[in-house]
Amino acid sequence: MAVKMEIPTALRQFAGKQASVEFNAATVGEALKQLTGAYADLRKHLYTEDGRIRSFVNIYLNDEDIRYLQKENTPTKDGDTISIVPSIAGGAEVIREKS
Amino acid sequence: MPVITGTPTVPDTGRTLSKQEIQRYSRHLIMPEVGMEGQLKLAKAKVLMVGAGGLGAPLGLYLASAGVGRLGIVDFDVVDFTNLQRQITFSTSDVGRPKIQATKERLAGMNPQIRIDTYETRLTSSNALDLFREYDIIVDGTDNFPTRYLVNDACVLLNKPNVYGSIFRFEGQTTVFHYPGGPCYRCLYPEPPPPGLVPSCAEGGVLGVLPGIVGALQAMETIKLILGIGEPLAGRLLLFDALGMRFRELRLRRNPSCPVCGDHPTIHELIDYEEFCGIRGEEFVPVTTGIPEITPRELKARLDRGDDLFILDVREPHEYQICNLQGHLIPLGELPKRASELDSSREIVAHCRSGKRSADAVQFLQQAGFRKIWNLKGGILAWSDEVDPSVPKY
Repeated sequence: MAVKMEIPTALRQFAGKQASVEFNAATVGEALKQLTGAYADLRKHLYTEDGRIRSFVNIYLNDEDIRYLQKENTPTKDGDTISIVPSIAGGAEVIREKS
Repeated sequence: MPVITGTPTVPDTGRTLSKQEIQRYSRHLIMPEVGMEGQLKLAKAKVLMVGAGGLGAPLGLYLASAGVGRLGIVDFDVVDFTNLQRQITFSTSDVGRPKIQATKERLAGMNPQIRIDTYETRLTSSNALDLFREYDIIVDGTDNFPTRYLVNDACVLLNKPNVYGSIFRFEGQTTVFHYPGGPCYRCLYPEPPPPGLVPSCAEGGVLGVLPGIVGALQAMETIKLILGIGEPLAGRLLLFDALGMRFRELRLRRNPSCPVCGDHPTIHELIDYEEFCGIRGEEFVPVTTGIPEITPRELKARLDRGDDLFILDVREPHEYQICNLQGHLIPLGELPKRASELDSSREIVAHCRSGKRSADAVQFLQQAGFRKIWNLKGGILAWSDEVDPSVPKY
């Protein structure tokens, strides 16, 4: 199934600066695997060391959060859009070094 | 234009609109969706703005001009020169003043008839509930993860809607959390990213007008909630991509297992949010632990002595153009591929803007076998502070 994956601004630098990429995949999980296969740097931003999607990154199939579908096993159709939506807060530096 | 006669009142308070107010808000009053009744709702409304920065600026301006009767503003920060790129409530002459003071003056100038209360304090678990209690709607215009979780939890515990907005570079998100039955922030993001993984505006940059747009969207949602018109963004996450100029919408669901707003909540009081976000442990353990460091003064002394040091700059080309120490530029991301340009027999000092990226660079090069390598503590910012103030800070 031809699916489009939307890359959030924060991660575009790890995906060849692209805003979206297209893959053929039968499930959301397969599409993500192809994505991190093509762009290895994305892996650590999307997945923990034990292979789970990071909890501050949400994955949507069209407009629905995959946590409420079949998670990574959610099947895809031609023309579907997978969105990666990380948590953003804007603003201040999180760590202030003590000098 | 319809003729408005008499001075209609809202029965329960007897509050009326004065002749001046009718004139001021005429563009609201002539719309059936607002009218006198709606304007009086705005006059009775109490909205607390958490944050008077990039998001708070347009938010405050639009809420004040719309006639929201009582505005509270929470911010402990002072106006910084770098804020003027996007925080449109401030003038150059406000630099150094507390943000709440400058904001209150600006909003009161716009609309002297509303009540503006300011809270020059950091929002914490010990004051949040008391601060929020008096207000109907809370608007989250903050700039860090711990405060966002704090605002969220306080809103759920007090049962108040949380008009959320956030930004990063060219992207924004906005929604209304905890609108009756709707999801809260934790339903969307149960856990924050570990510190350092998601850059802040200071590290990642932001196009100034972006918070202007997102803050205005938050003002719009707040006004809609007060008036009870239209469809609030409750249950929908609005994503804005400024570069593509696209809005998208994603469905948000309340998580029945959410620890704070779920069917069986486990959180009944405010927690230590810095700890939750993993910052407490980081504060006194600098990123540079275990990494050899050299201070700017030490570096200057060695260079003046004529020591043969190789300066490695791991920032990006556009940063090099702002200011540089004439180091050899290899952006951090390219270091793995270009490490062969470096001579491991030489003494190398790596630097970046503030000392974090260069710490990563030193760690990487140590693992690659480099033994004579140091991190410039505090980066080029510290160099400007301690050695050469003519080097611009950014």
